[in-house]
Order: sequence, then C-alpha cells, then structure tokens
Amino acid sequence: MTGSRTENLLELHDLKMHFPVKEGILLRAAKYNKAVDGVTLSIKPGETLGLVGESGCGKSTLGRCIVNLYRPTAGDIYFEGHEISRLSNREIMPYRQNIQMIFQDPMESLNSRQTVGDILEEPLIIHKIGDAAARKQRVRELLNIVGLPARSVTRFPFEFSGGQRQRIGIARAIALNPKLIICDEAVSALDVSIQSQILNLLIDLQKELDLSYLFIAHDLAVVKHISDRIAIMYLGRIVEIADSDDVHSNSRHPYTRSLLSAIPVPDPRGKKQRITLEGDVPSPIDPPEGCSFHPRCAYRQSRCASDPPSLRSVGSSTHEFSCHFDLKF
Amino acid sequence: MSTALATAEKGSSLWADAWIKLSRNHLALFGLAVVLTLCLVSLLTPWIAPYGYEQQNLMLGASPPSAEHWLGTDVFGRDMLTRIMYGGRVSLLVGFIATAVALLIGVLWGAVAGFVGGRVDTVMMRMVDILYALPFMIFIVLLMVVFGRNIFLLFFAIGAVEWLTMARIVRGQVMSLRRQEFVEAAHSLGLSQWAIIRRHIIPNTLGPVIVYTTLTIPSVMLLEAFLSFLGLGIQPPQSSWGLLINYGVETMEEYPWLLIFPGIALSLTLFALNFLGDGLRDALDPRASKD
Repeated sequence: MTGSRTENLLELHDLKMHFPVKEGILLRAAKYNKAVDGVTLSIKPGETLGLVGESGCGKSTLGRCIVNLYRPTAGDIYFEGHEISRLSNREIMPYRQNIQMIFQDPMESLNSRQTVGDILEEPLIIHKIGDAAARKQRVRELLNIVGLPARSVTRFPFEFSGGQRQRIGIARAIALNPKLIICDEAVSALDVSIQSQILNLLIDLQKELDLSYLFIAHDLAVVKHISDRIAIMYLGRIVEIADSDDVHSNSRHPYTRSLLSAIPVPDPRGKKQRITLEGDVPSPIDPPEGCSFHPRCAYRQSRCASDPPSLRSVGSSTHEFSCHFDLKF
Repeated sequence: MSTALATAEKGSSLWADAWIKLSRNHLALFGLAVVLTLCLVSLLTPWIAPYGYEQQNLMLGASPPSAEHWLGTDVFGRDMLTRIMYGGRVSLLVGFIATAVALLIGVLWGAVAGFVGGRVDTVMMRMVDILYALPFMIFIVLLMVVFGRNIFLLFFAIGAVEWLTMARIVRGQVMSLRRQEFVEAAHSLGLSQWAIIRRHIIPNTLGPVIVYTTLTIPSVMLLEAFLSFLGLGIQPPQSSWGLLINYGVETMEEYPWLLIFPGIALSLTLFALNFLGDGLRDALDPRASKD
C-alpha cells in the first residue's frame, strides 16, 4: 500500500463516520448511526470512480468526509500521500483548493441572494487569488468554460433553468483548479435530457482540466456512462468494487445483481429477470449481524447471519467483492 | 438599522439592485420621503419651532386651532405644533435607537445560536427564555434605580427587552438555512464560520427581520409612552407623541384636537415605516421581479 500512496490521488483507509444518536433527558449518546463503517478505496489521477447505493447507505456522508465537511470518527484520508482528515482549519486550506464538490440540488447549493458573479468570485476571494480585475476576468472565463453567456454575471440563480444552475455549480467547483471533484448526485435532480448534457460537460472538463471524479449516484445507468470503476455501497460498506464493465457483465455480489436488474432496457421483448429485494434497508443504527445484506439476500445460508464477509478479489485483482460464495449469475 | 449588514454586503449588487427596485415602488418611496422629512424636521426643531415647548399662555387655556396656533393649544396654553415637533424628536429617537439595539443584539444572538447549534444554542436560548419570563417592568425599574433616570438608558432598556423576539425569529430562520447545501458549499470552499454567518446566513434572513423591524419601531414608541405615563420615561414639560396621546385621551371629549393631531403624527409615521419596510423586503428579495 505504501508504494501506491504516491500514485493514488486519494486514498481512504478503513474510514468510519459514526454519528451519535442522542436519547433521553441527559442527551447521552447511547447509540451510533454508522453511516460510513470502514470504507477503503482509492482514486487515481484522471480517474472517475462511481459510487452507487440506495439512499441512506452513507455515500453522501462519505463524500462530505472527503471534502472535510465532517470529521471522520476513525480511519485516514490521504490526498497525494498526505493525511488530511485531522488537520486544523488553517492547515486544510491548500487541500480545499484541490478537492471541490458539486451538489445535488443546484437551487439549494447556490445562495439565492448572490449574483452569479459573486458566487463564482467567492472561492477566488477566499483563497486570495489575483486582484479584482483578474478575478473578474477569471469569472468570465469560467462562465465560458461551462457554456453560459458572459452577461450571466449580474443575474441571480433563480433566473436560470435547472441545467444552467448546475453549470454555475460546476463553474464554482472548478474555479480553484481542483484535482478532485466529488459529484454528489450531481445530475439526479435534473431532467433526463439535461442529465446527459451535464454528464458530457463533466467528461469534457475531465479531459481538459485533468480532473478526477468521485461520482456519487443511486442510479447505476447514469454512473456507467461516466465511470472507469464503480463501487457499490450498502449500509456504510463497500460490497463490490470493479472496473465499470466488470460490474455490469461479471458482478459477483447479489446486491449488485439486484441493482443491475433495476436498469430499464429499451427492448420490451428483451429477456430480463427483475430481482426485487425483500424488505427495507435495515437501519444503520442497528445493522444486522454477520453480512449486513443477509436479511434481504436470496442466496443466504446459515453462516451469513453470523460471519461477516470481507472484501476479496477474484480474477483480475481490481475486482473485489464481499460475499462468502462464488455466485454465478 | 443596518450599518452592520450594509458593510457585510459592500460592493455586492444585491444592494444596488435593491435600490433600483425600491425606487420603482411608489408607496415605499412615499414612506421613505415621509420618514426622511420627519427626521429632518426633528433635527431642525429647535430653530424652526414657532414657540418654546414649555412656553405657557394660561390666559389662552385649551384653545382650538387658530391662525396663531395652527394645531391649537393644550390646557396650559402651550402650542401643540411645537409640542408635537419636540415630541417627535423623542419618539423617533426612541423608536430608532431602541430598535437598532434590539436588531443588533437579536440578529447576532439568534444567528450564532441557530448556526452553532448544540449546547451553545441550548444555553443561549434558555437565557432568552429566562429574560422573557422576567417581568420587564422590574428590569427597567431596576435599571432606573441603579443608574438614575437617563433618556439613553431608557432607549437601551427598551431595546434590551425587544431583542428577545428578534433572536427567536432569526434563530428559527438560521436553523433551516444552516442545513442547506449552499452553506455546505461555502464550508467546502474554506469560508470561516463567522464569514458564512455574515455573507450567507444573515442576508437570507433579511425578509422577516425587516418586517419585524417595522413592527418593532411603533411598539417601542408606545412602550416609551407607557413608561413615561408611569413616570419612568420622559417627564413634562418635555413631551413625546406617546405622552401627548395619553394626555389627549383624558380630555378627548372636551378638546379633541389634543388627541387627534399627535395621533395623526404617530399613525403617519407608522404607515410610512410599514410601506418602507414592505418595499425594502421586496427589493431585497432577488426573486421579486424588477419591474
């Protein structure tokens, strides 16, 4: 691992984020919501890692830990070989420039009382980049890059459509020339036709600016379009991680299987068996013993209820999954 | 009211834009003109008032409006126009200063409590609750006893009571804003907590704050009248609108002009402030259309 640390842009080592659940009159933390419970993964420069899971599986929490919105309970975050999860607010500043985030709802993520010019200038002011004239120039440049007219500078966010607003969010994220962008459900709130425009913009930007993405979504179909590798998350843990093609054609985890079967196919006669999961996602406050997926798994056996599987690899070493069995689908 | 807020947004076109929108709102412009005129008249009162505020003419007694005394005289033969002008000085001063005090403390207190949350919020809001429960008359009487009767202390005392509601309103607003993604976005850009409160949180609470401010100013003016009536505020021969109205009510059947004219002055001010407040709220909301 030590050797690859310089090679990887971002590395997470056994990252845990447990939120205390306060109860009773004394508000003591009796239980913990284990939103992220031991995640290890890495992202190479220029790579896109898709992160897929149901709502509540902890994928957004993971993203927020990486941009330092939350301080992880345990584990390490290495960015270009430096541990960044325990730095002070001052020490973290240079890394903030390099790790930026695009949010889900472009209406909520833009301050409705700021003009687009102010929104885009803010990161430059915070990080003391250039003088006033240079910043204005940069703002125009950013608008041009994301395909918005220069006159947008004096407009307010509400004057734009959903897709255009997300372009403003993207412009803000690339303003500081970051190396890594966390896209937290960046296209989920948009119309399907707009989704592909924004995805293509992200792909173009990646080529031009040499970006890496952690692309968080709940929809495998969207992630497939953009990702080099895909990680599947369930109840705070990664259950399968592999190259994008492997996840689709050669998945090993029953949960991945059921997510794949939920993707609609254009051909109505196409043979397709829909795997519907029983029950709801268990609460991350009281996750099931053993394999956390076993209560909903069609292939469960007695050892699944007591013995938690760990990630293991098959075939190509890049394909890892956490299941006791070598299931073939 | 908003020097702190204005500097926070310096150079932003929110305010330039707001001014354009305000200047197209005739009712708000009328309100602004009335408020400015009243302030100007109050400033110049010692030089332009037709009589002295304590100058009595006992021969005249309470006389209805006439050529010498446009708004009549009170029971001591004092000119009502003069007394209303001098009363306006006190009422406007108390209205603006006490409200400014309430606004400053209330907005900061509420914003910090709502934004930081957790234990800090609990402690800060329990303090507000305790002050709420304290009968404010006792609070003011205590202040007066300890520090002596002083008009500025009165302003401060009223402001120190009125900020409680403001703090609660702002806290509620801030708690809902705090979890929004634009605040997280500002965090992830590296903006400090205090700068986030100043640049992102407070501007977004402006709407309700402005409306509540326009409601606070009149209630503060009436509070001053009440305190003066109890002998804790302004004492005759000085006057304030509240005090004049109080005396006017006692004699309204015999000398209605003693009630009507100060009443008109107070109502006009309140209307003007309300129009101005509504106009400001709309002007500061970018979503309200520009035309």
